[in-house]
Amino acid sequence: MQLQYFLLLAAALFCIGIYGLITSRNAVRVLMSIELMLNAVNLNLMGFSNFLDPTGIKGQVFTVFVITVAAAEAAVGLAIVLAIYRNRETIDMEQFNLLKW
Amino acid sequence: MNLAEGVQLVSGGILAVMMIVTALGVVLLSNIVYSAFLLGGVFISISGLYILLNADFVAAAQILIYVGAVNVLILFAIMLVNKREDFKEIPGRWIRNASTGVVCAGLFALLGTMVLVTPWSVDSTSPAVIENTIVEIGKHFFSDFLLPFELASVLLLMAMVGAIILARRDLIPESMPRQETISTSLTLPERPRELTSIGATSGEEN
Repeated sequence: MQLQYFLLLAAALFCIGIYGLITSRNAVRVLMSIELMLNAVNLNLMGFSNFLDPTGIKGQVFTVFVITVAAAEAAVGLAIVLAIYRNRETIDMEQFNLLKW
Repeated sequence: MNLAEGVQLVSGGILAVMMIVTALGVVLLSNIVYSAFLLGGVFISISGLYILLNADFVAAAQILIYVGAVNVLILFAIMLVNKREDFKEIPGRWIRNASTGVVCAGLFALLGTMVLVTPWSVDSTSPAVIENTIVEIGKHFFSDFLLPFELASVLLLMAMVGAIILARRDLIPESMPRQETISTSLTLPERPRELTSIGATSGEEN
């Protein structure tokens, strides 16, 4: 089990997350894709922490912070989706044009 | 290759395949409920990969926070906004999907070559020298990462208050009779559901 294995895995997960973030039309699925991308970053950090810095595990500390921010982001994002759904009666990303000119 | 390395390799391969397949299912399946359950599969397999990387505490935190909190939150959001609507077809949408796929594949190729070409200065000491990662993480939290630790707690408080305020229904305007809302002091005054829908439809006409 090498470092490159985990980095390639994290890169694949990140690219899948980007694809879902751009192409999906359901707003909840967009939030799920963001979670996938954050998990890819976490996997990168854990790989570096294990293979490059095994004694002072700073990567795990960073991972805990990223998990914290991801939980806060999920709560606020889903609250925003609920508020938009109450106002617009849809969760189609193509019809969210509140900030367009 | 001894037995331990073989077991590590096989379990890592199984976890990697499981993670990629479930992540593709999250993105590509049309039913959003299946996607939400497969997202739990992604989180669990990533937690297994953390265990392979000698991080027991973060693996447990991953399962507790992601599978236990975030995934359940997403499922509740799906239940709350569950309107089976057929999205309007937009002409030329397959061009967008195809170009996004090409860009993502190119990004993966770029990242892959970067990962494989770079000579990583891998530390030769065994990763198993730390026998208790919780103690080490705790030392980091209360010495050199003290300020981000406190800021994370403030951020969680802000997110909690903000999510409650955003997801709550609108307040009753002052002209409405509000004697029934004052009766219980522990409930927040909320507008009934039908008044909210009327307000939304009248707001869209403007």
